[in-house]
Amino acid sequence: MLSAFVDALVLGAGYNTTVVTLGAALLGAAAGAIGAYVLLRRRSLLSDAVGHATLPGLALAFILLVALTGDGRWMPGLMAGAALSAALGLATVEALAHRTRLKEDAAIGIVLSVFFGAGVVLMTILQSLPTGRQAGISTYLLGSAASMLRSEAELIAVLSAVLALAVFLFRRRLTLVCFDASHAAVSGISVRATDMLLSIMLLAVVVTSLKVVGVVLSVALPILPAVASRFWTDRLDSMVLISMVLGATGAYAGAALSSVAPGLPTGALIVLALFLLFLFSLLLAPRRGLLASLLRHHALRLRIHQRQGLLALARGEPIYDGLTLRVLRRAGLIRRDGVATARGVEAAEATVAEERLWGAYQRWYPAEAAAAMPERARPLNELLPPDMLEELTHRLARQEEP
Amino acid sequence: MVSPAATPKATAPLSVTGLTVSYNRKMALFSLDFTVPPQAMGVIVGPNGAGKSTLLKSVLDIVPRVSGEVRVFGSSFAANRHRVAYVPQRASVDWEFPATVFDVAAMGLYRELSPLRLLGRAHRERVMACLAQVGMSDLARRQIGQLSGGQQQRVFFARALVQGADLYLLDEPFAGVDAATERTLIQVLHGLNALGKTVLCVHHDLSTVPEYFDHVLLLNVRHVASGPVASTFTAATLQETYGDRLAEGHLQRLAAMLAPSPASVAVAAGALGAAAPQSSLLPERGARPASRRP
Repeated sequence: MLSAFVDALVLGAGYNTTVVTLGAALLGAAAGAIGAYVLLRRRSLLSDAVGHATLPGLALAFILLVALTGDGRWMPGLMAGAALSAALGLATVEALAHRTRLKEDAAIGIVLSVFFGAGVVLMTILQSLPTGRQAGISTYLLGSAASMLRSEAELIAVLSAVLALAVFLFRRRLTLVCFDASHAAVSGISVRATDMLLSIMLLAVVVTSLKVVGVVLSVALPILPAVASRFWTDRLDSMVLISMVLGATGAYAGAALSSVAPGLPTGALIVLALFLLFLFSLLLAPRRGLLASLLRHHALRLRIHQRQGLLALARGEPIYDGLTLRVLRRAGLIRRDGVATARGVEAAEATVAEERLWGAYQRWYPAEAAAAMPERARPLNELLPPDMLEELTHRLARQEEP
Repeated sequence: MVSPAATPKATAPLSVTGLTVSYNRKMALFSLDFTVPPQAMGVIVGPNGAGKSTLLKSVLDIVPRVSGEVRVFGSSFAANRHRVAYVPQRASVDWEFPATVFDVAAMGLYRELSPLRLLGRAHRERVMACLAQVGMSDLARRQIGQLSGGQQQRVFFARALVQGADLYLLDEPFAGVDAATERTLIQVLHGLNALGKTVLCVHHDLSTVPEYFDHVLLLNVRHVASGPVASTFTAATLQETYGDRLAEGHLQRLAAMLAPSPASVAVAAGALGAAAPQSSLLPERGARPASRRP
């Protein structure tokens, strides 16, 4: 089992499996790219509604295909049906949110449940059809890469590549609308059209992913990589790229795993793989990860203790706090008996000057200073633009003249 | 200073006639006529809910108008988009967005970049030059979530500067920013004005109106008065605009300020700030030194 999984990972498990895993990876990349913008436009919930709204169309398309050809498993036809009903779902959400007093979250709740309910009823009905190989349709609920045909995998790969290209072409307009919609509108970008474009791309990626991830879990493929990527960077361009890499990795690993364990649903495996990547990012990402913020908090604590200790030294007050004493001693600012070293005296004077500057900042710019409070233990010259710092220093100097 | 009467409406940077806007059956602007003369340092003042921001937004087609006409440089706004830069209120965006100071300023370029085009060196230099104008070049790589209010406003100014427009519309650019930022930014605006650009600000701090601006619109849903600050910004028009919201004492102090002698201006500014009826009139800068006046 393990060696088969490794074979699938390194593309050594035969041509068919290779095409399927590579197709899944491309799909994951496209979904990750779109997901980044969906997340920043606060539309994550919408992708869940889109996913669930595909079900009735999928079932109807299956019934129609059975009636016409006797076999309902033709993927392009099923995708077209899914896309139509998802588009209807999107339009319903849009109409409810804009034409009535309902907010978008309520509209999403209505559409998601009603469409999915209708889909489940249709699925039950089609199970009772005399023929049509109904087993094929159930793979669309939770995804099944193992049952995928080569032509299906190729179609998924091509559609994913087209979607990724579309994201690249529209990246600026999407960025502008996500950050500041009114500024974008003034620049001549139609916010409504851009939102529509994003919805259509989301719809396309969800419909493309149905065979791999399935109706129920399709929300995970765009959203999980995007959420995870936000931990690694503070710039949108890199966030999109990282989201693509994470999406591709998760989808690839999930598809490879399911190719050696065909009994397990691919969608669930991909979601679990993506979740592991998310967990890894949440805990270990530099700067924004949990571990990094714990370390930062600890460092801040030490800095504050050092600062308070130095101020006490400057005022000649005794220090009782154990941590403060330890910090000062370790930095070589006091001797074992608590008396300041030469460097300690110097540092204490510098801290007093710095503290006066902070005091002035808080007195004259209370709002700004309040906003900067989390950085209170840092020297001001690391925080303020030069003109501001100069003004502060001058004003302080003027005031201290006799 | 060109008086509005002498300006042909056809070529004015901005002129609105009969502009009416309503939100959910509540009238935000009613039948407003107003013209900004070329190269004006214009200001819109009025009480909360007077429709000041709404006026800017309806000029920019962000909110729909019920009736009326807007002319920008003699034709529609859509035809002259490239000549207009807009600085919205700071609170209108999510500052946790993944972008650096440079990225936001560079958004001013997007209109002229085709989808396939990457940022070239000339573009980068233009963005950096605009950041330098607002004193932010050292912070170009900083994440916008780490900026103070004043620094955020500087970034918004840089984004507008990058656009290289001829008409600048600003929505409360000095609300909640520090004195140093306000000084830098008003210098930037005066610099643009000296280059022949037209500026129109929504502004709350009545005490700085005569110092910063030369053309005023006093607005309270309808047009109250407009024209050169020197002749239009008077105790009588302010009383009419603000009604009971400016108490008797304020008006007297404002009147003292409006008959300018530098010493009385400083006194009036301090007194007005200390007891103004709107919270945003309260200068966060506390005791402002009288030496600030040029």
